[in-house]
Amino acid sequence: MSTTPEATGQAPVPEPRTPDTAAPAAGAVPAVDPRLLVREKGFKGYAEEFVRRLRSGEIGSLPVVVGLIVIGVVFQLLTGNFITSYNLDQITLYATGPGIMAVGIVFVLLLGEIDLAVGSVAGLAGSVWGVFATDLPDSVAILLGIFSGALLGAFHGVVFAKIGVPAFVVTLAGFLGWAGLQTWVMGERSTIPTPIGSFVGDLTKYYFSDVAAAYGLAVVVVAAFYLAQALDSGRRKAAGLPYRPQSEMLLRTGVLAVLVLVAAYGFNQEKGLPLSLVIFLAILLVTDFVLRRTTYGRQVFAVGGGIEAARRAGINVDWIRISVFTISGTLGAVGGLFLASATGGADRSLGGGNQLMMCIAAAVIGGTSLFGGRGKVWSALLGILVLQSIVQGLNQLNLQSNAIQYMITGAVLLIAVIIDSVSRRTQKSAGRA
Amino acid sequence: MSQTPVLALRGIFKRFGAVQVLSGVDLEVHAGEVVALVGDNGAGKSTLVKTIAGVHPIDEGRIEWEGRPVGISRPQDSQSLGVATVYQDLALCDNLDVVANLFLGRELKKGGVLDEVAMEKRAKDLLSTLSIRIPSVRIPVAALSGGQRQVVAIARALVGDPKIVILDEPTAALGVEQTAQVLDLVERLREQGLGTILISHNMADVKAVADTVAVLRLGRNNGTFPVATTTHEEIIAAITGATDNAVTRRKARTTEATQ
Repeated sequence: MSTTPEATGQAPVPEPRTPDTAAPAAGAVPAVDPRLLVREKGFKGYAEEFVRRLRSGEIGSLPVVVGLIVIGVVFQLLTGNFITSYNLDQITLYATGPGIMAVGIVFVLLLGEIDLAVGSVAGLAGSVWGVFATDLPDSVAILLGIFSGALLGAFHGVVFAKIGVPAFVVTLAGFLGWAGLQTWVMGERSTIPTPIGSFVGDLTKYYFSDVAAAYGLAVVVVAAFYLAQALDSGRRKAAGLPYRPQSEMLLRTGVLAVLVLVAAYGFNQEKGLPLSLVIFLAILLVTDFVLRRTTYGRQVFAVGGGIEAARRAGINVDWIRISVFTISGTLGAVGGLFLASATGGADRSLGGGNQLMMCIAAAVIGGTSLFGGRGKVWSALLGILVLQSIVQGLNQLNLQSNAIQYMITGAVLLIAVIIDSVSRRTQKSAGRA
Repeated sequence: MSQTPVLALRGIFKRFGAVQVLSGVDLEVHAGEVVALVGDNGAGKSTLVKTIAGVHPIDEGRIEWEGRPVGISRPQDSQSLGVATVYQDLALCDNLDVVANLFLGRELKKGGVLDEVAMEKRAKDLLSTLSIRIPSVRIPVAALSGGQRQVVAIARALVGDPKIVILDEPTAALGVEQTAQVLDLVERLREQGLGTILISHNMADVKAVADTVAVLRLGRNNGTFPVATTTHEEIIAAITGATDNAVTRRKARTTEATQ
């Protein structure tokens, strides 16, 4: 069930099913095995199912939700004014760039591989855009920047898939090489400020200041979320399959509605709905659709779950690998443009420092497994929220030095990987991995 | 049993480098027949099966499908004819659920989007016609027991509506109960009119479900026996070559002639 959409990541909301870890000794009598667990109706059933899933190591997004709450409470106690609309806006401003890069990382992690070059690719894309933006039309420069990222991603993929160099090594070489290329592209200049009127500037500076924008989007999202579930549930009911009961759909929708409306209210207290958030959400929706609802996405999961099985099923494993690295490079480049936008222009050190670790950590913290085959793109959103909240909180405590931030980011990443490893081991012992 | 075999191999030769793995092997599989392919390690069972599956193209000989000669040089050729192979390592994706595994590589789509409802429904129908019982078709394959994985792998082979199913040692790693389930399943394949080639080292399994036993020894046919009238010892003798003499060869010829 790792592919179940749990966009909210909040509530224990599994679909009705009858799982059991024991092997039912099935005879030839087609009757329900008495040992199978059937979930009780109503909230007691949800609670039981939730506890059972936790015990068998299917924790999903729970750690990150708990983490967000802990971070919120701790910084609120320390600073006295952490949970504010200003911080919501600031966190969004700096989270979208790394968040989009983390979406690319999720694709790569689903294959059970890693892309260490995403930070350097982002930096290079930023500098390619910056260099061309001074002479060429804005849109051409932006496309060149994104194209450079796609090209480098495809290069990683080809070297990995066709030559067989481990992805770790290919992208480690890219990490160094593209950072060097970035400095070379920048030439004498250490920074290129965003040209006035460039769309890249708008990426993180433009706000839909009309209050209706944020609330409207929130309502549309909630309505679409409910409608999609209701349609799916209706089709399943018509086909005689287990379906989500109305109560569960309403519960899920309710949780989501509260979250997005509170967020919309917060944004409206400040400058309005940020364009960057709209683009980030659009990227999340599209990639989520691709991974869960298309053959391509199914093939990505299959390659992550078993290469030999995927190959025997007729899946072109090389093509999947190359395309996934291309997606990672492309999203890295898009994220790079957001970074450039947030920092005021192309920069020699753009995408350097702990940027790479932030992206990988975000994907893992959000619940995407490092071991391949399990995860969802929403983990990029949740993970980057956690990390950027920590950064924002530390800034408020005047602990801006890299020293503290690096240590805390490192510790959070390690904790996330430990949770991933332990949950995987628990799943194994519960016969679920 | 129909007169024209669904699949017939005539005088198959296959050589790997200096090793002549198959020398003039014949094999016939009819609709609704379970043919057990037995022989010691290195007898050429796996190679023979792989030539049918299109993994190793044959060097010499003829493959006939429903009486027509056909060429099988790639796995796709074999699949498009209607041969489904379940290898010993089941090749399932542990992280995907049962439905996703069953339809991997031939997902049902509606308007370019995966049709999960149709796939789940067909999966349930397929599993229930085979009397396969799985806790839920929506749990990851990792959560299934060895026997359940084996039946899922076999069910997966049936999604493409094949005419011949090849099972490579389906019971090798299974317990008593699971073995019985898989043997039940093999019998249901026969009831549905599929031809089944069953590779096995376990004579009890062979005696339990097979109609015909084809013995390979050192890359050659060493007798084809109807299971009903053949004793355990005769089969063992053919496998080990203890009775590789004129009498048994003559007997093999006469059995083939009477079929």
